[in-house]
Amino acid sequence: MHREDSDTLVSLAGGGLPRGKALRIGIGGPVGGGKTALVAALCRTLGTELSIAVVTNDIYTTEDADFLRRNAILPDDRILAVRTGCCPHTAIRDDITANLEMVETLERKHDPDVVLVESGGDNLTATFSYGLIDKQIFVVDVAGGDKVPRKGGPGVTRSDLLVINKIDLAPQVGADLDVMRTDAAAQRGDRPTMLVSLRDDPTATPVADWVRAALDTHPMR
Amino acid sequence: MNAGILLLADSRLPTGGHAHSGGVESAVETGVLSTLDDLTSFLRGRARTAGPMLAGCAAAACSLAAADLDRWTPWDDAVSVRILVPALREASRAQGAAMLRTALRMWPAAPLLALRRIGRPHLPLVLGAAVAAAGGGPAEAAALALHHLIGGACSATVRLLGLDPIDVAATQARLATLLEEVAAKACQEAETAVSTMDPAMLPADGSPLPDLHAVRHAQQEVTLFAS
Repeated sequence: MHREDSDTLVSLAGGGLPRGKALRIGIGGPVGGGKTALVAALCRTLGTELSIAVVTNDIYTTEDADFLRRNAILPDDRILAVRTGCCPHTAIRDDITANLEMVETLERKHDPDVVLVESGGDNLTATFSYGLIDKQIFVVDVAGGDKVPRKGGPGVTRSDLLVINKIDLAPQVGADLDVMRTDAAAQRGDRPTMLVSLRDDPTATPVADWVRAALDTHPMR
Repeated sequence: MNAGILLLADSRLPTGGHAHSGGVESAVETGVLSTLDDLTSFLRGRARTAGPMLAGCAAAACSLAAADLDRWTPWDDAVSVRILVPALREASRAQGAAMLRTALRMWPAAPLLALRRIGRPHLPLVLGAAVAAAGGGPAEAAALALHHLIGGACSATVRLLGLDPIDVAATQARLATLLEEVAAKACQEAETAVSTMDPAMLPADGSPLPDLHAVRHAQQEVTLFAS
């Protein structure tokens, strides 16, 4: 057996494939909450200081990837799309193989600092497997009702960062932001929650800061 | 049947299959497949055409892996020439790479490592080598290739058409005899190919309509499944 083989064998038996230095961040949440808007915002804000690549998991089309391309936020070859066969949660949790393949392809090609894996819109129970990502952000929005944080579910309770988007719409939909903040804190303990409006602040400054901090403590750096 | 083989039969094993419809999505879109009767005909057709090729290649790969084959390229090429549509070759390689990732973590065996050296090998070869790594034989590899061909198409049909999943399960059960016949014949042909070390002897059945559908599917802007 070649030496290369035996190294590979050791690493496989150890449970992990060799991986790049990139911090892999999953961005999940229900349909329409602002996942793609957040990805776009992070690319805009962090794109000048960090090398970023994106994997999208849109349910229907490559529309999310096209959105990022159209807005010239990332060059074409830094965005790859995964088809999920009607099951977006399967592709990020139960069978992560297609997403891993895309993440590794981007890592081989660009050696990025950060890979953002955007899930297709799903429901409150959809979360990423930590076999695919290092950190995950769950995005919900105020327009979905101020009861969402209270309902919990693994996305709300266990994500590394909960982003509550569209706070500018709170008066129109009769949502009580204080209730959402209190309920989120009760569900999440020490885990952070951020209330934002990506329309009013398309740079997503607090989320970008959180990504920088996560990158500083990323063990692969 | 050993526990490793049961894992390889389980659609919950993470091997990328859930994103592939086995040609069902395009058949549904073109109107060829819309009822339970259509599904029965579709599956019988797939079992007789794509079936022997997949089952034969998986069975041969199982025997080759059991004999510690190191040079897989001629066998991988043989699968390529049996899949006429580029999009389907890509689907086979994507699923092969996914299954190889999982199989290698489960059983870091030398033939699976040798397969990885050729990059993204075709699915039936990886399946066959994984069966060997799990302690199974070519008959089981052939049966599993057919099981996933049919099972993937069935679950895509349930998702796309909303057919009664219990009816679909019953349809699958009624295919058992046909699948056993196809597997047995494919195993014989695989044995000939392996004993002569001639990949050209592998089954090469096919049919044009699913190929045309696959070409169409690859051109669609909106698809739910990768193939």
